Amino acid sequence: MSYKLKIALNVNSESFEADVEPRMLASDFLRDELGLTGTHVGCEHGACGTCTIILNGVSVRSCLLLAVQLDEANIETVEGLGTTREMHRIQHAFREHHALQCGFCTPGFLITVREILDTLPLRNDKEIREALSGNICRCTGYDHIVKAVRTLVNERDKRLNS
Amino acid sequence: MIDSTAFVRPKYVGKPIRRLEDPRLLTGQGRYTADIQLPRTAHLAFIRSNQAYARINGINLDEAKTLNGVIGVFTASDFTHIPDIKAVSNMENYQVTSCPVLARDVVRYVGEPVVAIAAISRYVAEDAAALIEIDYDTLDVAVTARDALAKNAPKLHDKLASNIILERNFATGNAPVEIANAPHKVSGRFSLTRKTSVSTEPRAYLADYDVGKDELILYDSTNIPGIVRDEIGHLLNLNGNQIRVIAPDVGGSFGGKGSLYPEEIIVADLSRRLERPIKYVADRLEELTASSQAFGEEVEATLAFDADGQFIALDAEIIGDIGAYSIYPWTAALEPVQVASFLPGPYKTPVYRGRVRGVCTPKPPTGPYRGVGRPMAVFVMERLVDLAATKLNLSKVEIRRRNLVRAEDFPHRSSSGIVWDQSGFQECLETAEKAVSKLNLENRKKKSNKWIGVGYACYAELTGIGSRISVAPGMPMNTGTETASISIDATGAVTAKFGIASHGQSLETTLAQIVGEELGIKPEDVRIIQGDTAFSLHGTGTYASRSAVLGGGAAIKTSRALLIKVKQVAATLFNVDPEQVETGDGLIFVHNTNHAINFKELAQAVYSDMKTLPMEKRETLAAQESFDPFLGTTSSSAHVAVVEIDPETLVIKLQDFIVAEDCGKLINPLVVDGQVHGGVAQGVGVALLEELKFDDMGQPITATLADYLIPTSAEMPPMQVHHLETQLPPNPGGFRGMGEGGTIGAPAAIANAVADAVSHLGLCIDSLPITPNKLHALIAAKSKH
Repeated sequence: MSYKLKIALNVNSESFEADVEPRMLASDFLRDELGLTGTHVGCEHGACGTCTIILNGVSVRSCLLLAVQLDEANIETVEGLGTTREMHRIQHAFREHHALQCGFCTPGFLITVREILDTLPLRNDKEIREALSGNICRCTGYDHIVKAVRTLVNERDKRLNS
Repeated sequence: MIDSTAFVRPKYVGKPIRRLEDPRLLTGQGRYTADIQLPRTAHLAFIRSNQAYARINGINLDEAKTLNGVIGVFTASDFTHIPDIKAVSNMENYQVTSCPVLARDVVRYVGEPVVAIAAISRYVAEDAAALIEIDYDTLDVAVTARDALAKNAPKLHDKLASNIILERNFATGNAPVEIANAPHKVSGRFSLTRKTSVSTEPRAYLADYDVGKDELILYDSTNIPGIVRDEIGHLLNLNGNQIRVIAPDVGGSFGGKGSLYPEEIIVADLSRRLERPIKYVADRLEELTASSQAFGEEVEATLAFDADGQFIALDAEIIGDIGAYSIYPWTAALEPVQVASFLPGPYKTPVYRGRVRGVCTPKPPTGPYRGVGRPMAVFVMERLVDLAATKLNLSKVEIRRRNLVRAEDFPHRSSSGIVWDQSGFQECLETAEKAVSKLNLENRKKKSNKWIGVGYACYAELTGIGSRISVAPGMPMNTGTETASISIDATGAVTAKFGIASHGQSLETTLAQIVGEELGIKPEDVRIIQGDTAFSLHGTGTYASRSAVLGGGAAIKTSRALLIKVKQVAATLFNVDPEQVETGDGLIFVHNTNHAINFKELAQAVYSDMKTLPMEKRETLAAQESFDPFLGTTSSSAHVAVVEIDPETLVIKLQDFIVAEDCGKLINPLVVDGQVHGGVAQGVGVALLEELKFDDMGQPITATLADYLIPTSAEMPPMQVHHLETQLPPNPGGFRGMGEGGTIGAPAAIANAVADAVSHLGLCIDSLPITPNKLHALIAAKSKH
């Protein structure tokens, strides 16, 4: 299968053009073609949430998309969130609360949290747990992740109220 | 001047220091095996058996071989130079299985690799796989362990005497006679279904062969890089200095990445043969059907006790469904034999008989999984203890208090031969009981229209096991030693190298805390190197709750040896006695004097500046020491689960979870909490969700994460963890292992809580996971009688 399609997209505010096989998964494209290996692949059937990215402002599972579906899209991956020298507030909160262990599921969680902070009220821990339940973490037991998100929600609400 | 009254040397051990590995992992800069890309890499796909037990009549590779982009197609006949994988053991009554790297003539489980295809991409390799036909003759097979145990059962391995590949007996006193004469007894037949690790990172291997140097680098998502190097070296006839196994960032293991796999041997071999990098990354289907599995046991057990609830004797018959092959290096004894040896638990049970048999079945091999053996042992024992309490109308806490080993009894040799020493058995229970009293459960029960139950589980585990005992029964391999090499280089920087292999345990932080505290420098200035065989002479990795005890012990011994050198050199520079020299926060100094230099200045004096120190005083600033705890340490804990069951839907909801645990000195409380939470979550999976199912032809029917359910944030309750530091063990640092405990106690506590919640219905909770469907079936069966 050597037939390829040309796509143009914007990833973390950088423009890319590429020729891709129509069958190539978006997750493989980001990782293997663009070298953005921060997006991890955990199940390739949409169950674990590890490969979550933001596509035109909405979180999606990149293993359930084809690269060609990213044509003309704005993509945000974990690499766009913050850097080791200047981490995003969400990344800081995860570190403060020890909300990651092996770190493999973490990029998916960070992207999910980025979205739910903007879209959901998250009034209590039960709502936070529901909102995070599309992402699987096998290390932490989720308690520290919930605490990190609670901190972020409190900060957000304080900002909104002031 | 350093004022001794004002300067307090900072303590790092015991502090919730933020992890040093976090910035890279949080920003997508981690480097997992699948992330590593090398030019000219060939990608592997495997064709795996779709039959549980069958003879291979023929394989047609013709079409696949000619597909554009295919580099090579390989079957068993291409690997005749590689010996079969054989896990040997010193155990009596053990039969070794032969596991070829690709199935030869016969397949023995669905998922066993049969054909390997190398191509320019994984996509093309899978295209080629679709063009290959394998012709099988299905063979008669016994799928369940009970069927495989039968005398006339078809044998899975022709050359073995039977499907029973191991048997071991434990006997202290005469349990059958004591039980027959005892005033009270309770019995049950318990089962724990098969599970699997489900680390979020699938297994991945990348071999890079350097033709010029005749040297192989294997990037490997493993937690046992040293064992992988040693055994692949043996199988491929390579010296240790020709093969380097690097476990870069590893995305969890929980045991699933802690055995030697055919795929990693093939990747290594093909890289040498094809003289190019070879990469294989498992997909989730392969993880769920061809990575090591866990548990799969049935236990029939009886506990006898007197009118006061004092235990008299315990008897157990254990059958382990070990799968198709005995896994390397642990052997199939690892899991079921530990069920038998840990069954008496933290209790004084003077008389014990246990027989364990491991049976070959046409399923993936069982291997290590967090907790190993003890989740089942604790489930069985704790259910029996609750049944006994009910029979005598004693409180669940009181019966445990009466039987738990007391502080004055240590060291206590259990009736299965395990020696328990200095651990807060009673204290953990007491702390848990207090925490429960604050939950105000009676009030909650009154107000709720749901069935509320509370369940206790106590356990003890041997952690940080030394060379006296093998981590796996009968395994002829020393897992009881760990070596640290710590050096100060010409710039004054400290590097500490270990043979352990962190895969989420935070060892880059906790070991830096220890080295920093011992040497007197900040943890963030210590570089920890681990998971790379180039930097350790011998090291088996991170598993069996060993790295804090063994790695931490080696870190302390080595740091202290290095500190002596630091002080000697500084004493010469300062012209004082070495005993007057102190270190702290990166400084080397003498109190109440102007003598103060930093580590950079010290290194300069030793390595670069040829004037300051006479030649004979220029010590090499490096040390290497090993630590072996010989026996090991006893960790203990009490778990309490509170469940709420909806009488209409029978949905079981965990409301609270309490852990009171004694892991000795905490290195980093945040990390310890994280390990406990994660362990408990896996225990919740064991108790309520996770079950690998096979149909009666041996076909796996839970091959996606929509069928094999693991806990999400929505199923997990908030957790309360109480840390006790009772008398510290005598090993350096006073650390005990605690990575597995959460998974050991939680299944039993939840099973007891469910049993408590449905006690008015008189149901037996004897099989895990317990689900709404199973509860419904139990209720339906009860109403028929």
